[in-house]
Amino acid sequence: MEKENKTVVRIRGLSKSYVRGTQVIPVLNDINFDIAQGEFLALMGPSGSGKSTLLNLLAGIDKADTGSIEVEGAEITALSEKELSLWRSDHVGFIFQFYNLIPVLTAFENVELPLLLKGLTKEERREHVEMTLGLVNLTDRMEHYPSQLSGGQQQRVAIARALVTDPTILVADEPTGDLDRASAEDVLNLMERVNREFNKIIIMVTHDPRAAEKAHVIRHLEKGYLYADP
Amino acid sequence: MLILKLLFRNALRHRLRTYLTILGLTIAILAFGLLRTIVDAWYAGVEASSANRLITRNSISLIYPLPLSYLDKIKQVEGVEQVSFGNWFGGVYISEKNFFANFAIDSKTYLDIVPEFVVKPDQKQDFLKDRKAAVAGVKLAERFGWKIGDQITLKGTIFPGNWDFVLKAIYKGRDRTTDETQFFFHWDYLNETVKQVEPLRADEVGFYIIKIKDPNMAAEVSERVDAQFRNSLAETLTETEKAFQMSFVTMTEAIMTAIQLVSFVIIIIIMAVMANTMAMSVRERMGEYAIFKTMGFGWLHIAILIFGESIVITALGCIAGIALTFPAAQMFSSQLGAYFPIFNVKTQTIYLDILAAFIVAVISAVIPTYRAMSVSIVDALRRIG
Repeated sequence: MEKENKTVVRIRGLSKSYVRGTQVIPVLNDINFDIAQGEFLALMGPSGSGKSTLLNLLAGIDKADTGSIEVEGAEITALSEKELSLWRSDHVGFIFQFYNLIPVLTAFENVELPLLLKGLTKEERREHVEMTLGLVNLTDRMEHYPSQLSGGQQQRVAIARALVTDPTILVADEPTGDLDRASAEDVLNLMERVNREFNKIIIMVTHDPRAAEKAHVIRHLEKGYLYADP
Repeated sequence: MLILKLLFRNALRHRLRTYLTILGLTIAILAFGLLRTIVDAWYAGVEASSANRLITRNSISLIYPLPLSYLDKIKQVEGVEQVSFGNWFGGVYISEKNFFANFAIDSKTYLDIVPEFVVKPDQKQDFLKDRKAAVAGVKLAERFGWKIGDQITLKGTIFPGNWDFVLKAIYKGRDRTTDETQFFFHWDYLNETVKQVEPLRADEVGFYIIKIKDPNMAAEVSERVDAQFRNSLAETLTETEKAFQMSFVTMTEAIMTAIQLVSFVIIIIIMAVMANTMAMSVRERMGEYAIFKTMGFGWLHIAILIFGESIVITALGCIAGIALTFPAAQMFSSQLGAYFPIFNVKTQTIYLDILAAFIVAVISAVIPTYRAMSVSIVDALRRIG
């Protein structure tokens, strides 16, 4: 399908280094690749290889030293903090290893949070939240607090929160890292389904080869250099 | 609405810490309010003073008397409408701990010049008819359970002996600031007795109280009165009632200044406690603020969350503190009413409580908010793994 192959994210000459005292530590070196619409990309590599840094740059929560990232034609590396903030609310959904739900809000309220920035009415928000929680099979747990949910359920709420604003990209940092095997499988299947049914770009950092198997494309990072899956 | 809900839930996330902080705030606001009320009570006499009344006393000191013969001369001074006089009696009721102000007054004129002491007409008539009659303020009567017709004996300190009185009238204050704890009796009764026991002290008064026609002419009338008695054996000092009352207050001004300082120190201490609570809360939630930022929430939202939480906690402490101030003031007043006859919590004090609490809330949230806003998302996320 032609539409699915359209390039949405274009990364060119991306480099990033950290300064520790007088020492400059390069983390990413001249990264170049494209991500097409509907692509499920897994970033793999050993600890310290720069995969989380690359994910952060793609999600617009960190700044590159050099190079550019274009998402749907918009050069996000040139955006100010405020512009990036707005851009993230429209284009990026985050899924974290430890779910990072707000513990004092119910599942419903956690998913509702990103919608507060969208200028929707309460009723519209309710519709969106119920629909999204339905998608992750948690309509019966809407009024539960995170502490009343299992790890897998919490991660599904986190996925619903990431999806509810219909973002361009879903970024997931070790989404199954804190889950048992069965829950991890559920979460991965859900992500695969989201990717398939909604044609969403998913960029996932993982150490887990089983998780990476779900991806269409696997890229390896080592010492800041990117390699495609052989 | 969700943000508001989040503010309250965040505020109560560490219940023990929050409750202890609220308790601290409550005590601080209560102490602040009571100390301000003590200062107000101290100045109450000054505030309750009438602008159209002057007090004339011996220029050397209030303890030296003035001749009764000055009365007619003062009446002749231009601008004077009415004159009365009195003596501080200094009588003790049963025991010295039962202190209250008691005066011998010119009964025919005094209550007319001081209309804020409201006496029922029939009781006033009874008072005027009986030489041994006395008038007491309603709070004083309540304090000792006096009723009309009761016999009251005061032990004289300035005028020795036991002095018997019959309570013929009870006055009420016209205004909220009127002192209802005073005791008055006939100056004639005092003078007649003094004539027999110590004739040299007879026909002397402690002070004259003058009602003037125009409050704007107070300085001129005072000057005219004092001019009448210049170079006499008992020169006078005439001043407005306010200035007269103020002369008592200024004697203890250093104590009042200290009390005011302590009240502000209390606010500074609770500000430090509150700032500590907010700093701990924000440090613990730094990762959550990062999550908010990843979703696109900006600095304003983060600031609303932190300032809002600070305001919620402070408001709860402030409300509890204000609510407790009234019964505490009531208790304080009933225990120390003799020294603080007017012990009312003023509306201004409540506004000051609210202002102090608001300042505490805002200042406590400034640094935590700055930290939450300035930390990068990546650094904050790293803290939560």
